[in-house]
Amino acid sequence: MKVLVAVKRVVDYNVKVRVKADHSGVETANVKMSMNPFDEIGVEEAIRLKEKGTATEIIAVSMGPLQCQETIRTALAMGADRGILVQTDAELQPLAVAKLLKAIVAKEQPKLVILGKQAIDDDCNQTGQMLAALLGWPQGTFASKLVPAADALEVTREVDGGLETVEIKLPAVVTTDLRLNEPRYASLPNIMKAKKKPIETVTPEALGVDPAPRIATLKVTEPAKRSAGVKVPDVAALVDKLKNEAKVI
Amino acid sequence: MSILVIAEHDAGGLKPSTLNTINAAAKIGGDISVLVAGAGCRGAAEAVAKITGVVKVLLADNAAYAHQLPEALAPLIAKLAAAYGHVLAPASTFGKNLMPRVAALLDVAQISDIVGVEAPDTFVRPIYAGNALATVQSKDKIKVVTVRGTAFPAAPAGGNAPVEAVAEAAADPGQSKFVRQELSKSERPELTAARIVVSGGRGMGSGDNFKILEALADKLGAAVGASRAAVDAGFVANDYQVGQTGKIVAPDLYIAVGISGAIQHLAGMKDSKVIVAINKDEEAPIFQVADYGIVGDLFKIVPELTAALPSKR
Repeated sequence: MKVLVAVKRVVDYNVKVRVKADHSGVETANVKMSMNPFDEIGVEEAIRLKEKGTATEIIAVSMGPLQCQETIRTALAMGADRGILVQTDAELQPLAVAKLLKAIVAKEQPKLVILGKQAIDDDCNQTGQMLAALLGWPQGTFASKLVPAADALEVTREVDGGLETVEIKLPAVVTTDLRLNEPRYASLPNIMKAKKKPIETVTPEALGVDPAPRIATLKVTEPAKRSAGVKVPDVAALVDKLKNEAKVI
Repeated sequence: MSILVIAEHDAGGLKPSTLNTINAAAKIGGDISVLVAGAGCRGAAEAVAKITGVVKVLLADNAAYAHQLPEALAPLIAKLAAAYGHVLAPASTFGKNLMPRVAALLDVAQISDIVGVEAPDTFVRPIYAGNALATVQSKDKIKVVTVRGTAFPAAPAGGNAPVEAVAEAAADPGQSKFVRQELSKSERPELTAARIVVSGGRGMGSGDNFKILEALADKLGAAVGASRAAVDAGFVANDYQVGQTGKIVAPDLYIAVGISGAIQHLAGMKDSKVIVAINKDEEAPIFQVADYGIVGDLFKIVPELTAALPSKR
């Protein structure tokens, strides 16, 4: 079966984000960008499905400015077969991304779409569920284990109190959680090979989707800062502070 | 204007997160109805009817809603939502799984994980794992919102709302089915709900050494967490991870042991009320966010601390 994986270009998880002085957003110019870590897990899972013989072709899709090609190249270097870039400089919110993905699904007819459960920039945790709703497909969100069955998937999901396992019929949407797998590093030969893999570029207009945002960001501020406290000389002093000053034990 | 709150409940009854969500609804203002959907959930409906501010409880008690799978629940909620200005649910794995599906069926955006209400259409929510706060305004007719429980106090008891059965016929789309549930049976509290968290980092040296943290945690009635470095080194499993790509925690007391304080870890715990750092490197960045720090050998300090604490049990 064909598998579609969605990959988002985000500020690298090791970067300390800074709020812009005019409070319009977060500084992203000259900041290291990487693939959203949850999406990396999605790419890895698709590759493992292919290695097991369940998946036949893996298509990596990204959306945004031209630089998102780099994110697709990373997926190709890990093992995806080809890429699709929905190129736009407009702000894309989860509902718009879900609609664009739906249009690509209509064209490519995958049996499974894998997305990260959330992007580490906007922390929305919405796109996979929205895509499933728009397609009328079942969803296996926050997956920590996938077991392919005949025309179905058994998905173990991370829920607040532990794990829940559901069986969903294919075609389906899956979103990944941390424990699903550990993504591989792309080897140098595979990085070289990825340069020759095709990336198709389309636009929201060509897909017939109006990506206009439904939510306006009025301002972005920094949360209250913590200041460094005191160093205590020994355990006795620490216990005293926790008991009598902080009153937390 | 009226608000529909989606109750979270399980076999054990109403979940407390529902009460925090009702409080957020009260902040928005308007009549609050609560939907309790599931199978055999009359008890939860009667419990939520007694909460202050609730004017009506809608009960959808049907085998099709057993285990509250989103494929069956979302169409029901989308139908009911037409009569409301807002639909709210807790930002738990239950609400996060369900609400974007509802929003997409309504062709509206969803606003995730709000921590503040500025106006009926304007909310504050953390982005970048809480490293920034965004104030966002919805332009949609129906606002579909999930609520971070720790940001709103629980709505108190004191109401007496009528419980009405939902007239909508239930249809199970038959796309998904519940197989099983394995809830963690740890003696220790859940990481994201614990009042105290004890976390270890690369400085722990090995997974075996986490035993000294577990002893400390048990003395405090605390959960055990870890930094990404400790997880990557294979000391503990992934679900221990606190940080931007792991779990976000905000306990009353967070004890960071052998954790240097990488940005991505700080993102997951900096909203803790009191932070204690134990590290041999006095230059470690963790000390810049810690209320109390001890510089020294954790293998000496942690057992000493455990011994100095009175037992909670």
